[in-house]
Amino acid sequence: MLTYTIRRLLLSIPTLLFIAFVIFMLLELAPGDPMSQMPLTIPPEVKEKMRLALGLGEPWWVRFPLWLKQFFIVEPQYWIDSAFGTNFADGAQRIISFQSRSPVFDTISERLPQTLWVVGMSYVVGVAIALPIGVISAYRQYSVFDQAGTFVSMIGFSVPPFFSGVLLIVIFSVNLGWLPSIYDTTHVVVDWETMKFQFQQMIMPVMVLALQTTAQVSRYMRASMLDNLGQDYVRTARAKGMTESVVVMRHVLRNSMIPVVTVIALGIPSIFGGAIITEQIFKVNGLGQLLILALQGSDIPMVMTITFLLAVMIVMLNLVADILYGVLDPRIRYD
Amino acid sequence: MTDFGFQPKASDVQPDQAPLKVRNQWWDVWDQFRSHKGAMAGLIFLVFITLFCALGPLVWDVDPGKLDIRNKDVRPIYVGIWDGDAKVSWARPMGTDHLGRDIMSNIMQGGRISLAVGWTAMILAILIGTFVGVMSGYFKRLDWALMRFTDLVLSLPILPLLLVMMLLFRDPLRAAFGPETGIFMLIVAGIGITSWMQTARIVRGDVMALKEREFVLAARSIGTPPRRMITRHILPNVLSPIMVSATLGLATAIITESALSFLGLGFPSDFPTWGKILFDSVDRMTAFPERVLWPGLAISLTVLAVNYIGDGLRDALDPRIRGL
Repeated sequence: MLTYTIRRLLLSIPTLLFIAFVIFMLLELAPGDPMSQMPLTIPPEVKEKMRLALGLGEPWWVRFPLWLKQFFIVEPQYWIDSAFGTNFADGAQRIISFQSRSPVFDTISERLPQTLWVVGMSYVVGVAIALPIGVISAYRQYSVFDQAGTFVSMIGFSVPPFFSGVLLIVIFSVNLGWLPSIYDTTHVVVDWETMKFQFQQMIMPVMVLALQTTAQVSRYMRASMLDNLGQDYVRTARAKGMTESVVVMRHVLRNSMIPVVTVIALGIPSIFGGAIITEQIFKVNGLGQLLILALQGSDIPMVMTITFLLAVMIVMLNLVADILYGVLDPRIRYD
Repeated sequence: MTDFGFQPKASDVQPDQAPLKVRNQWWDVWDQFRSHKGAMAGLIFLVFITLFCALGPLVWDVDPGKLDIRNKDVRPIYVGIWDGDAKVSWARPMGTDHLGRDIMSNIMQGGRISLAVGWTAMILAILIGTFVGVMSGYFKRLDWALMRFTDLVLSLPILPLLLVMMLLFRDPLRAAFGPETGIFMLIVAGIGITSWMQTARIVRGDVMALKEREFVLAARSIGTPPRRMITRHILPNVLSPIMVSATLGLATAIITESALSFLGLGFPSDFPTWGKILFDSVDRMTAFPERVLWPGLAISLTVLAVNYIGDGLRDALDPRIRGL
């Protein structure tokens, strides 16, 4: 297992390098120009100087390794410095945003908590709803509950977040006036009253994202439970005289969770993609909104870094899912 | 398999004998498909919405882009039932927007674009996916490289990359092919080349299993070249998983196009698609919720219908379930 993990970790290095290269070349080859937003009255020679100041004068084979060095060496050095008060970085050049002229990672770390809070909460809520639905749907296959569960997950697959989110705003914010339609990130929780407000403003974005997770995970849970319920060991357990709740909750559920856990791990990156849209609807100033703003402003370092961070997450979670699968199911051997 | 030089044709059966019903296997599939209620409802809705968008403008020939400031902000006709003072008009059954453009003709026009993008992108993705899958499953030498490539593309963050592509390639393509064709090609190509991976994996697995079967060995032993082997024996047998992933691909393509339009990175603003109409209406949804509701419902119901069709197809194409 350990050798497998190490081999996969080593293999993920060229994968990530390739992805970084693809993203970099896409941004590089694209005819879009970070100077296109500048006023037309700026003379060409000044524009050329501004371009040089942004570091765009060098060819790509100089800038790409430079970016890699900044991402993998300089930025971690700054983290260590700020955490332990050391001085590894020694004033080295960090990745600088074209728009704000501040280090990209400072902006990202400002935005990350909002995204993590909303996305993480929605994933937890979605999985927490999905698991019981999947279990009951499988246990009572073709019952009314199962049919309803199938229908709800079909809706979760089919209704895009930009419609379900807008629909929720129309119903609960506009017509009923119960919930705020805009997520206020400056809100600080100090007592019960503010806690209640935080809960109110989070409920809609969380539910919109959770619906997608629920749809997917409950289907997998149901299929996996159905696979296991027909197995011989279930009949044996029943024949031994175990109560139905022990058979289902202890024996079948544990075995059915094995593939579901990997699905849960694999689903995390896609929910960040969904968060881009949800943040736009509820005006959460998280990472997704930052990405959209950076795209609109041709802020290449910012776009590059955020996209690459998402890619790192996908690759790492794929790895985690595979390893988890091997750990949970002793029959799986990768060597 | 049945190439023995003689096949009973429907015309060979004597009319006075008991009629030997010659049935194509696709009739069996259709019979099984028909018994799936959700799939039939989905199919009926998909046909309805396609006809509504394709033939609707012939009946309802209002120019979707025509500005009519005097008749702006007309509410849909049903609002008149509970609100006597609302501005409604039988000439504008679904109302008009803030520039007086007719919403019904916009929904029709938008549906044309959304469905066209969905179908074309899906076909492109299926073509690439099938090609990669067959090549990698059939030719052992290509397998490793192609599958590593598929894994690499699978670990790209798709939505951010699509957004980047939209933003960066929009203007040059618009200049080269005109605003509509350029964006159409960009969106179709973007969705197509980022959603073929699942099809490729499924097709590869099936091709590898098929390669070990006796009929492939038989065909090879009579000297069938790989090209004909793939087109005659392999492809017809992997058709069912391809069709199922095609329905899923259609659903995803429609949603992705709407999402791009919703983020303001799709078609230009005077060019309606369902996602674009929804996006344009969000700012005024407090006063005019119907403008958000109709395009949103159109997207959701179409995708729901396609998903149900896919569900029914999966059951119908699986011979183990068929006939139960």
